[in-house]
This record gives sequence, C-alpha cells and structure tokens, in this order.
Amino acid sequence: MQAAPILQATGLVKRFQALTVLSAVDFDIAPGEAIGIVGPNGAGKTTLLNVLSGAMPPSAGSVVFDGQDVTALGAAARCRRGIARSHQVPRPFSGMTVFENLHVAASIGGGLAGAAASQRCLEALDRCGMTPLANRRAETLGLLDRKRLEMARALATGPRLLLLDEIGGGLTDAEAALLVTAIRAIHATGVAIVWIEHIVHILLQVVTRMVCMDAGRILASGDPKTVMADPAVIDAYLGPGSGIAA
Amino acid sequence: MILETEALESRHGLLVAVRGVSLGVDAGETLALVGANGAGKTTLLRTIAGAHKPRAGRILFDGQDITAMPAYKRVALGIALVPEGRRLFTGMTVAENLQVAGAHGRKGPWTLETVLAAFPQLVPKLSARAGDLSGGQQQATAIGRALMTNPRVLLLDEVSLGLSPLAVDQVYDSLRGVMQSGTAVILVEQDLGRAIGVASRIACMLEGAIVLQGDAAALDRAQITEAYFGLQRHAARNGHAAQNGQDQHA
Amino acid sequence: MNFLNQLLQGALLGGFYALLACGLSFLFGVMRVINLAHGSLAVLAAYWLMTFCNMSGLSPFLGLALMLPAMALVGWGLQVAVLNRSLKAGPLIPILSTFGVAIILDNGMFETYGANSAALGPFIGDLAYGSWSLTDTIYVGQLDALIFVAAVIVLGGLTLMLRYTPLGRTIRATADDPAVVELIGVNPHRIYAVAVAIAMVLVGLAGAALGLRGSFDPYAGGPLLIFAFETVVIGGVGSLWGTLIGGIVLGVSQNIGAEISPHGFLIAGHAVFLAILIVRTYSWGGLRFPLRRAAA
Repeated sequence: MQAAPILQATGLVKRFQALTVLSAVDFDIAPGEAIGIVGPNGAGKTTLLNVLSGAMPPSAGSVVFDGQDVTALGAAARCRRGIARSHQVPRPFSGMTVFENLHVAASIGGGLAGAAASQRCLEALDRCGMTPLANRRAETLGLLDRKRLEMARALATGPRLLLLDEIGGGLTDAEAALLVTAIRAIHATGVAIVWIEHIVHILLQVVTRMVCMDAGRILASGDPKTVMADPAVIDAYLGPGSGIAA
Repeated sequence: MILETEALESRHGLLVAVRGVSLGVDAGETLALVGANGAGKTTLLRTIAGAHKPRAGRILFDGQDITAMPAYKRVALGIALVPEGRRLFTGMTVAENLQVAGAHGRKGPWTLETVLAAFPQLVPKLSARAGDLSGGQQQATAIGRALMTNPRVLLLDEVSLGLSPLAVDQVYDSLRGVMQSGTAVILVEQDLGRAIGVASRIACMLEGAIVLQGDAAALDRAQITEAYFGLQRHAARNGHAAQNGQDQHA
Repeated sequence: MNFLNQLLQGALLGGFYALLACGLSFLFGVMRVINLAHGSLAVLAAYWLMTFCNMSGLSPFLGLALMLPAMALVGWGLQVAVLNRSLKAGPLIPILSTFGVAIILDNGMFETYGANSAALGPFIGDLAYGSWSLTDTIYVGQLDALIFVAAVIVLGGLTLMLRYTPLGRTIRATADDPAVVELIGVNPHRIYAVAVAIAMVLVGLAGAALGLRGSFDPYAGGPLLIFAFETVVIGGVGSLWGTLIGGIVLGVSQNIGAEISPHGFLIAGHAVFLAILIVRTYSWGGLRFPLRRAAA
C-alpha cells in the first residue's frame, strides 16, 4: 500500500498577463521520492518550482503539503512547514561564515535554538561534505562549494521536501560528481527531492522518477530512462520528427 | 576559414559557460549549433561577436587575431550578431532601427531596399514602433538590422524562439537568400529538423563543450540526439568509474 | 490685474528655467546621469563670458562664439575623465563624482573671481531692462522674451536633431541599449562624449542667459541646480517639451507665491514641485522616460 503523498499539487495554472506558463499541472510527490524535471526552454519548469516553493502564487489550483493546504502561504511560511528551495545562481549571505549561514537557516527557518541549532548545522555540513569549510567566509567559496552551501543551508531548515533549481550548471565532471554525492547524501536522510536540470546524466544518478514538461504541461512521467527515450520527449526538445531514431 | 575559434573559454563569474571550443566557418557555409539550454551556445556567439570577453583561447577572422577587439570594431570587419531576444531599439521605428545600423556598418549589397525585398512583411510596418511589432516581425527587423551592416559572418541566436511555425517558415525563407549570397552563417536552432534542413554542418554543444561536429549530410538524428543529451557518454564514464571503485568523496 | 502680469512674468521666467534645465534633461535621457555639477557649470560659462566681455569690450552675443565651443570641450573632457569611469562603477557613482566636480568648480571660481557678484547686463545696454507694455500693468521684458524664444528654438532644434538626423538616431539607439548598439558598429563611449558636449553647449547658453538677466556669484550654482532639477521633474524626466512646461509651471508658481508673501517665491516653487512629484510617483506609476524606453 502506498503512503500518502507528501505534496499534492492539483490543477496548477499560472498566467502572466496574456501568457499562460502553466496549464492545469497535477503533480504528486511521495515521501522521500527523488524526482527530476526536464523540458525545453519555456516549458514552465522554474515557474512550477516557484509555485511549489511559494515564491509566487498560482493563478488557479492548489498545493497541499502534508495534508494541509498551503496555497496561500508564502515561501517563508512554507519553509517553516518543511519545503526548502535552492536557487540557480547561489546566493550566500556574504560577510558571514558558512556556519553562520547555516545557523540563520537552522534557527529562523528551522525554529531551533542553542545546542539543537548548532547540532543541526553540523549535521548539514557533514551531509554536504562541507565540514572543513565551516569557518570560511561564504563569499570566498568557489562555485561547487557555493552550490553545496545552498543545499546545506536549505537542509539546515529541516525540510521534508527540497526543491533544486538547475543546480548542476557550470561544473566540471569531477565537481558534478561531488555535487551528486552531496545530493544523494541528502536524499538518504529521507528528504524528498524535486530537481530541475538540463544536464540529464547527473539527474539519472539520483532520481527515481523523471517528469518532462513542455509548453506548460506535463508531457511524460515515469522511469527516468524510459522517459528520456520517449519519442515525444525528444520531439519536445529537438522538434517534430526527431524522436524517431534513424 | 573566414572565422575560427581556438580553444575558446568563457565564464559567467565562476561558471564556465564555454570550454575549449574550437570551430570555424567558411564563406558561404552555414553551421548549425545545437544543444540544450545552458550548453553555452549563446555565450559562444556573444564571445565571437565581442559582446562577452573570453577567459582563454583565440578568435581569428581572416587569419587575424581579433580576440581583444571591441564589438563595434568587429562590425567594421564584417561580423554581425542577431542577439537572443531580438533586442531591438524598441522606442524607435522599424525604419530607424534599420537606418541606424546602415549608417554605422559596412557598405555593400544590403541596403534599406534590398533588406525590405528580403523581408517584405516589414514594408507596411516601416513607421511602426519596433516594440509594437509581433514576434515574427521583430525577428525579421532584428535580422534586417544585422544585414544592414553587410556582414561577412552572420551570427543568429535562437531565431525561432517564441515565434509561430508560420513566422519561423517566413524567417527561414528570407534567410535562404542570405545564405546563398556567400555570407557565412552560424545559427543556433532548437529544432533539429530545421537545422539539418538549412545547414551544411552541425555542431552539438553539451555543458560548454562541442561533443559532436560534422557535415549535416553525414550525421543522423540518432547520433545528434545522443550527443545532445550526453547520456551514452556519461553512462560509459560512470560505469567505468564504478568499476574502478573510485571514492568520490572530497 | 497684477495677477495676470505675474502669470506672464512667470511664464517668461519659465523660458529661462527651460533653457537652464534642458541640458540636465538631455544628459539624463541619454546617459542616465544626474549631473550635480550642472548649476556650477552654468555659472562657469557666465564667468567665462564675462571675462571675454571685460577683455574685448565686445558684446556677450559675440562671446558665445568662443564660450560655447569651450563648453563643448569641457563636456568632452568631463565624459572622458569623470563620467566614463563613474558609469562603470554603477548608477549612483556619477552623482557622487559630479557633486565633487561641483565643489571643485565653485571653490575654483571663488579663488579666481572673488566673492563679489557679477553681471553681464552692463554689456548689452538697453536690452537689459527694455520692455514692451501691453497694457498699463502688463509688460514683457525684451530680454525675457529673447530668452524664452531662445529656449523654444533650442528645444525645437534638439527635438528635430534627435528625430531626423543620423546623429540623433544614433544617440537615441545608444540611449535605448548601449550594449546592443555596439553590435551595429557604434562605439557608445564616443556617442556619450558627443552627448555630453551637446549638453554642455546647452549649459553654456543657460549660463549666458543667467548672466544677462541677473547677477551671479561663484556659489550660485547650487540654487540653479535645484531649479533645473525641479523643472525637469515637473515636466517629466527625459521629455524635452516637458521641460518647457515644467519651467513655466515652476516660474508661474514662484511668481504667484511672491505675490502672496515676500518669502513665497521659493516656497511656492518647492511646494508645487513636491506636490507634482508625489502625484507622478503614486498615480502614474513612477517617473517615465520617453527619450529612452524600457526594453519590450
């Protein structure tokens, strides 16, 4: 018997004036599931993430998290409920150390205090492989470490769902491997993950379900390799007729 | 080769967007750049045009090293970029957009008359504000504006983005004339069918590098699709790494 | 009846304010630079004109032929030495650097010319105080009328230049998108230098008008800057004809204020400026910039 989904998005619509970016998207996440979202430019992936994280309200539809309707809640409130999100371009708190960045998240986002907050920070650092960097100033970090800091900071809020927005971009192969290790470690703690990514091969190393979006709708959903081989998915990226291999 | 890049590297802050790219075009050739978002295609075109400074590598035009040359001087040599998102001067009319380019570019066969002959859909819109045009008309104006500088190499970034299929057809019809006139063209195109249909060579980019390059006639769709998503390559590599039992912790 | 006369005087004063403000408006419209040295530069122009008249004994109108090119050169130098670098540092830095230029100019003029106020009136004879009477109580000063006509001609010429000449199109394109204009062969820094030179010529004309219609001293730049600023904001930032309307509104407000109370001149002007600023900000969604439209 399947557990109840941790997040249920029903009939999500998002319009920006005349432009409809999401049309009636239904999206369920099982607890602890890792889902990858792919799709061509303009498919609505980041908008979907924004609506799930609370960065913007949907024009229609609802988001239910842990059985409660959070549609009207903003990002900060959703964070306190357990939905965390990283950004495509890492945004560390400059002038503060890595540990201090995490501490803000653990105390304010996670609602912890004193020793509990520090403990959460240490655990998050360890998961993301950042313990040696704890006292480094955040703005001195390189790209991979900034990305890991983004995730560690999100992890410090104690989420049950982590939303990752194109976190893989611009890394070398070796760095990408380290990033995947960190994400796997986070997933191993039972956090559900929704990950938008263009670099498909690193998604395949982590996710158990793949969703492809095109023109504001979900085009395909299921086993990652099957979805990537789906002619309709290839057509969405490369134009009609591309999905039929020669 | 009229235009060549050698091991070009470009960054956005810490992010490496273009890594070790070496490619070239000949006069009269059309090269299609294919690749997923974030693959580096736009950054590559902007670096060639001079709108983005490279971190390493060289750009050669007619054998001359132009890597350090500012963008406006490259126009005088004969490089023109139609940027992503069109970037028209929205407060000015179509005619003015074309005229201002004609005043500062090279002299040659492309004049207001010949550009309008190639893009007849713009004739009734000459006095319209560029910001009020439809997507297809804006794209035509943007291409026309680049043509007014009489380029020897035309760089086209995402010509079909946001356009209806009919509008894209129209744009490509007009481009046919340009390609046949001996101008070298590098174009970024998401639709593989169109890219194969119009280009003599195709280069596929993945994560900033060129992973596949060859004559359009010699490559098939399956090859390009594989290169596009990069799955085979990385599956092989990761399988290999697992076999060697590599510890991937820092 | 005096009220009508004050309206007319206010409108004519508006011509002077428009002439004063058009350099500021133009520079902001093209380069997004708020030139806080604007007033001081106008005073500098007036002093240079005075030096010419003192040394040659000729009319200030002839002196324009030397002063205006000199101001254009000042503009070129200002762009190359100060504004070009300031702009790279961000949109607020030019405010700081032009503020610094203003202080240097003011004190430099104080060193050179002393504290006494000066005037160009003595060099133009009757024109300085001649007037035509329309009725018993309504009159039009000849100099004021001349300045008003000059303002209209300058604004009209500027508008025509921007709209119909190749240079004007290039300036508008550069103002619209300096990054993209490079892609069609334009060096935006060269265009900025031309724009600043044009703005300084306008400032030179304003300085001449300042000296002819009244007196000036080394520290007169500050209040002038404020009037120019208010005129631009009232009329609409970046709109050239709006500058004329703004000038008239400011001039009329000030004169009516003067009728009501001895201190009313300045207060009425500032009050009207504030009221219009608030209205523009809250009901029209912010200050709009017609010369340079936002990207679609």
